[in-house]
Order: sequence, then C-alpha cells, then structure tokens
Amino acid sequence: MTPSDRRVDGLRNAIDPPAVELININKRFGSVQANRNVSLSIAPATIHGIVGENGAGKSTLMSILFGFYQANSGEIRVNGKTTRIRTTEEAIRAGIGMVHQHFMLVDSFTVLENVVLGAESGRLLKESLSTARQTLDLLESKYGLEVNVDTLVGDLPVGLQQRVEILKALYREAQILILDEPTGVLTPQESEQLFNILLGLRDRGVTVILITHKLREIMAITDTVTVMRGGEVVAHRTTSQTSEPELAELMVGRKVLLRVEKGISQPGSVVLDVREVETIDQRGVKRLHNVSFNVRSGEIVGIAGVSGNGQSELLEVLAGIRTVTAGRISLNGKPLIDQFNPRDAGQVRGLGVGHVPEDRLRMGLVRSFEAMESSILGIHSDRRFNAMVFMKLDAVLENCRHKMEAFDVRPRNPHLVTVNFSGGNQQKLVLAREMDEKPGLLLVGQPTRGVDIGAIEFIHKEIVAMRDAGRAVLLVSVELEEIMSLADRILVMFDGHIVGEVTASHASEQELGLMMANAATPASAIRS
Amino acid sequence: MGSPNGNGVVMDLEGAFLLFVLVLDSTARVAVPLIFCALAGLFAERSGVIDIGLEGKMLAAAFAAAATAAVTQSSWIGLGAGVVVSIAFAMLHGFACITHRGSQVVSGLAINILVSGLTVTLGIAWFHEGGQTPLLVDDARFPPIEWPGTNVVGGVPIIGPIYKELLSGHNVLVYLAFFVVPLSWWILYRTRFGLRLRAVGENPTAVDTAGISVQWLRYRAMLLCGVLCGLAGTYLSTAHGASFIRDMTAGKGYIALAAMIFGKWRPLPAMLACLLFGFLDSVAARLQGVELPVVGQIPVQFIQALPYVVTVILLAGFIGRAVAPKASGIPYVKER
Repeated sequence: MTPSDRRVDGLRNAIDPPAVELININKRFGSVQANRNVSLSIAPATIHGIVGENGAGKSTLMSILFGFYQANSGEIRVNGKTTRIRTTEEAIRAGIGMVHQHFMLVDSFTVLENVVLGAESGRLLKESLSTARQTLDLLESKYGLEVNVDTLVGDLPVGLQQRVEILKALYREAQILILDEPTGVLTPQESEQLFNILLGLRDRGVTVILITHKLREIMAITDTVTVMRGGEVVAHRTTSQTSEPELAELMVGRKVLLRVEKGISQPGSVVLDVREVETIDQRGVKRLHNVSFNVRSGEIVGIAGVSGNGQSELLEVLAGIRTVTAGRISLNGKPLIDQFNPRDAGQVRGLGVGHVPEDRLRMGLVRSFEAMESSILGIHSDRRFNAMVFMKLDAVLENCRHKMEAFDVRPRNPHLVTVNFSGGNQQKLVLAREMDEKPGLLLVGQPTRGVDIGAIEFIHKEIVAMRDAGRAVLLVSVELEEIMSLADRILVMFDGHIVGEVTASHASEQELGLMMANAATPASAIRS
Repeated sequence: MGSPNGNGVVMDLEGAFLLFVLVLDSTARVAVPLIFCALAGLFAERSGVIDIGLEGKMLAAAFAAAATAAVTQSSWIGLGAGVVVSIAFAMLHGFACITHRGSQVVSGLAINILVSGLTVTLGIAWFHEGGQTPLLVDDARFPPIEWPGTNVVGGVPIIGPIYKELLSGHNVLVYLAFFVVPLSWWILYRTRFGLRLRAVGENPTAVDTAGISVQWLRYRAMLLCGVLCGLAGTYLSTAHGASFIRDMTAGKGYIALAAMIFGKWRPLPAMLACLLFGFLDSVAARLQGVELPVVGQIPVQFIQALPYVVTVILLAGFIGRAVAPKASGIPYVKER
C-alpha cells in the first residue's frame, strides 16, 4: 500500500490513531539527561514541528524514534500500536524515514546506488538497480522530486542531495518522515521548494516531523508544534493559535528580543579596503575572483551567500591565514597584505585586526585547553601574559576572569576545559578575546552557529556595540536573517565573486536569495 | 623472419624474446603473493579498516602452512592451516579495531611484530632447525600444472614460448591469484555485499542509518582479508618456496599495500601495480652480475633495493591524487 492510498478524508484526524505517540521517553548519556519524560502525539498526515534550542533534546528524541539510540525507558506507538524500535532497521520497517542534518549519503555513489543501499532486493545488484530505477521514476513524478538518478551524489548541489534523502525514505515506503534542521544548508528559494514538497507529501498522507530552531519555518508550514527545553517538553501548540514571540519565550524560558535593536549607522573613514583580490587554493582552484569592497568605521558589512561560495576563503585571506595571489588589501590607507607583502595571521592581528573564525573549535580555540589558556590564544606572546620564559599565569587567570564577567560566560570557571563549555559560551570566549583587544577591524564568521537563542541575542548586541564604538565590522554568515538584521550594507557572494551589493534597509529576502543563487543581478550590482 | 644473411640477428631476437618471456614468467610468480595481499588490503580498506598487518598475517600463514604440510605431507591441509591462522589474526585485528575501536595502525603493527617473533620461536621449538621448517618433499608442495600439448605447441615460434613458459606450468595458487582479481572486481561492483562494503568505507553513518550493521560488514571484510593473506603466505612457503624461512615475507605486505594505493583501491589497477613490482623484482634478479654498457656491473645491493626505491618514487609522485576511502582508518562511533 502506498502512502497516498492511506489518505481517507477530512475526518481522518478524528478517527485514526496518532501516527506517532511517544510516552514518557527518558534518555541519558552518562550524567546528562538528554530527554526527560517526553510525551507527544502526532496526528497522521500533518506536519508537526519540534522547536528548541541546541541541546534541548530534539535530535536525541528523533534519533530514538528512528532507532539510532535506544531510550532508557518509555514507549513508542506507531499508528496506535506499541512498537519496539531498537535499531534503524526496525524503524524503517515501522514506516519511519529520516532526513538527517548531515546527509547520510555516499558521495562517490550515484543517486540510484544511494537509494538502493540497504534496500536491495537481492544479492546481485543488477536487479535491485533496475527495480529501483522504475520505482524512483514513479516517486519522482508523483511527489515532484525530480533528480537525475545516474549523477554522482557528490556532484549534486545540497538542495538536490536533500531530495535524494527524501527519495531514500519514500523508497523504503516511509509514512512518517522526520527532517532534522532541513533548511540549514539551503537558500531561501530551495527552502521554499522543500516546503512545497513537504506540503505535497502531507496531502498524500505522509506524516512529517520537522525539527528546527527557526521559528519562521514553524509558523510557515507546520500544523502543530512541540516546544522543548532542557530535555523536556514545555508546550504543545496548534500553530495557528501561537506566535513567534510566544514560541521564542517558551524555548528560552524568558522574554527574548527577536529583532536586533540598533540605531542608524554613522560610517566614517574607510578602514578596510580590498581591491581586486584573488586567491588560489592548493588544488589550483581559484576561490576568489576579483573581489573589491571596503568597510568603513562605524558600519557592519555583511557577506551573504550559500556556504562554500568563497566567504570562508575571503575571511581567511583578510586574517592572513590564506595567501593572496593577486590584488591588494589595505587597512586605514596603509597596505596590509598584497601578493608581494604577505603578512601572517600574527602580524595582521598585531596591526589591529580581530578575527572570530567560522569554525571556532577548529580555528578559534584549542579543545583541550583550559578556558584561561584559550582566552589568550593569539595574544599569548604579549608582555601582559608572557615573561619571556614563563607565562604570567596570575595575569592570564585574571584576564580570563575579567572576560568571563564582561561577556557573561557560564560557568565562570577559568579552569574548565574549553570543549566542556556549551557552543554559545565557547563563542562568547572567542568574542571576548577578540573584542577585548579593541581592534580597528573585526572579522566575524558565523557568530551564532550552534549558539542558543539567548546567547545569540547577547552576541548580536555586542557586535552592534563594536560598531557603535566606531569600529569596522565585517560579518560573514549563512543565516540570511542574521545578515539582514545586523548588517548595514550587504554584499552577496557566489562562486568566489561578489555578485551584488544592497543597503540592508532596502534588502528583501527574495532579492538576496536570488542573488545567492546567482539568478538575479540587482541594479546596484558591482560590475567587474 | 629476417633476411637470408641476418641469421645471427634472428637468433639474438629469439633469445631476447625467450628471455623476455622468462622474465614475465617470473614476474607472475613473484607477483602472486603481492596480488593476494593487495586484494586483502583492498577489502579491508574499502570497509574502512586500515590493515598494515598484511605482512604479519602472510608470515603467520606461511609458517602454519609449511609446518602443517611438513607434518601431514599434504599441501592442501597446509593451505587450510595457513588460511585458518591468517583468519584468526584478521579476527584479532577486527576485535581490536572494530569491536574495541583501537588504533588500526598500532594493532596491525603489533600483529607484524608478534608474528615475526612467534613464528621463529615456534619453529625452533618444534623443528629444531633454527626457526626454519623442514624442507618439503614434492607431495607436500603445490606442483606445477602442465597444460595439455605443451610439447607440441612449445615448438611454435612466439606462441610456443608464451604457451609453454608463461601460461603453462604454474601451480594452482598462481592461477587462483589471477582468477581472484576479476572475482574481487565482480564482488565489489556487482553484488549487494560489494555496494555495502564500498559504502561503509566512505560513510559508515549512512550505512548504519540504512539499517545495516557496520561492525558485521567490517568483520566480513576482515574475513576476506584473512583468507587472501592466508593464500599469499601459503604460496610463499609451500608453492613458491619449499619451507618456511624466518621473515620470508621481507616487506611484501608493505609493497602490496603500496600497490593497492598505487592502484587506487581498485582490483585491476592494483593487480597491474603488483605485476609492475614483480617485474622490477625479476629484472633485478636477472641484472645481478650482468655487465651493462656505460655503468658496468651494478652492485647487488642496489639492484635488490630497486623495487623498494621505485615504490617510494611511485608513491611519492607518480600516482596523482589517490583518494582513499573516506572513513578508512577511523573507528566507527555513533556520534553523540
């Protein structure tokens, strides 16, 4: 029986048992209680949202439903029947499919091979592949999920890779589809397409569970929503009877400012001037093409774009981590870096450039260092902390205490190992370190990736405060909302080019999204 | 062939051709253990388990096969013993790396060191011949298989030597090695097991979420790895040689590993790489003591080092981008 045959009529919700029922689910990892007495019920053929901050237990809960983890206690009912789900295999057999945040695809396989993997019809591949080819044809036309099944998955854009994940689930006859943060890697247009697909699935009888921390998405397409905080369910709501502020408050447990409060910017002189900069990576691929722009004091310039379009490389070039192969960069009118005068990250930092790297655990912190050690990385040779041979540990400790206080890092323990802080607090440590040096130019990459709403609010305030103190800020983020609310000017990057510039006050998400996909050139586009 | 007054040249050509065929013949013989081992490593690494213990497993199998054959006077029982012992070590490696997520390099190295000492110790204890096993009589070795009509066809020019020297007259394990190559290709690319194996070496989480056991897949890959190393070792001591000699593998396991990388983790190219190494080895053997124009006699040590030098050079620069299976070497842990 295919999912669409299950569709009955408008009364189905009242008559049918819930598609999924979780009763008193408990799960602990060591000393951490990831889920505590979680109960929820989802009506068939609806879209149900689960929202919560990072670490609220959403993903754990869904991993339990999908058999990836096993609950310590609790009951799972699928279509009214108590079901034991101890492995993913059992979950798949129960009609549950999951699209993970990080796709579970083999890049070197074709779409067809990926779909068939684990759902082969026999020992030999030939037959499995031809059956799958036919079935996929049907599924693709039925749900509008077109994708060329003979392409290597690694060659597909993320939006299509996600489609493959959905097809995988449908091929296994999933009637309950879980999506974990599905829009994190998509452009607004791709997200829109995804939502249309999900609505189509719902109308054909599939129950969709959407895990997200983006409230707008919850409001846009879900029928019902569950809010989680600290491993527990704090509320169930019907989407039409709730609002973004209410959900935000439930998630965080207090009132939250969703919009960044900031005044009009007062740009001064040009601080950072980038002219025709190019960079080529180790594999000989040109990552930046003829990039030119400037950042003035007292303004935040945001760089928008789908991740992987040169933003990371740009940040690294400016921070002195990656070499410039053409063009020049100047700071306050003086040459900073060009092809013939490379400066390393330490020298760039010495000239008053702060850098909050995109991947804090890989580039911004040392996982195994104590907080006090992580909080002086990059300035560790400074006289304040270094007495030639020995470190001035008292000064380091005092410095860390001061930073933790100023940036509200919790817990306030300078001796705690870096990796044991939550994402938000790690980020605050990095920001505190970089901002405390009062740099003329602050480079910020993905400031709120993996950071809780409460901490996001704080971090945004601090970035705006930097601007208001007359410093220049260059912000790179894949969160369009963040760019739109923080930046004064927005540049859009695509394939290593700057393809457009808009004033934030005039920017629309639609327009930016099209530029990010390189589908539109605004009147104000920079010509190269 | 040739002009009437060019007889000398014809003789030389024929001689050179025969020499060439003989070099190819010995190339095949030398390449056999490399091919088995390279395929063993290929199955292991395609599943995500790095196995530098090929050397140790091959040595253990060589000892077990020779010792068993010496006692039972049966090459086939020897083969069985060699394969079983090799599988046992493969499972040990699996237990350390798959079940207990230990370091794959350390485990492999440990097996190599352990076997290197253990074989000699047991050899001395059991046979009192300084670590060697007794010389095997013909019945306890794998005999060459003569193809029908070698005497008749052997006289035909060109085809004759190829048929008689190159194709005919090898033992069963040589033919098996060249049969296992296409078989491995077929398993990897045409069966469900192969698809899953390739997937688990690239993205084990994808395999796990597809409802397939990552551990069981990797154990099965190690099983194949054990069987193939067992064949390689048995070949060395009971088919190619006639007894076990201490450390008789002499780095072949590592060269096989290099051949596998050189062949970019694919059976056919890996086999070709093994043949290249075998060819160099054979040429090196022929070159010993030969006066060459310009350079004169090449020192034996240099010639013996040649295959290894070439290995280093090839691995360092000539293979282009060899992309290993992504998850190779990384123990699988469900993320938390």
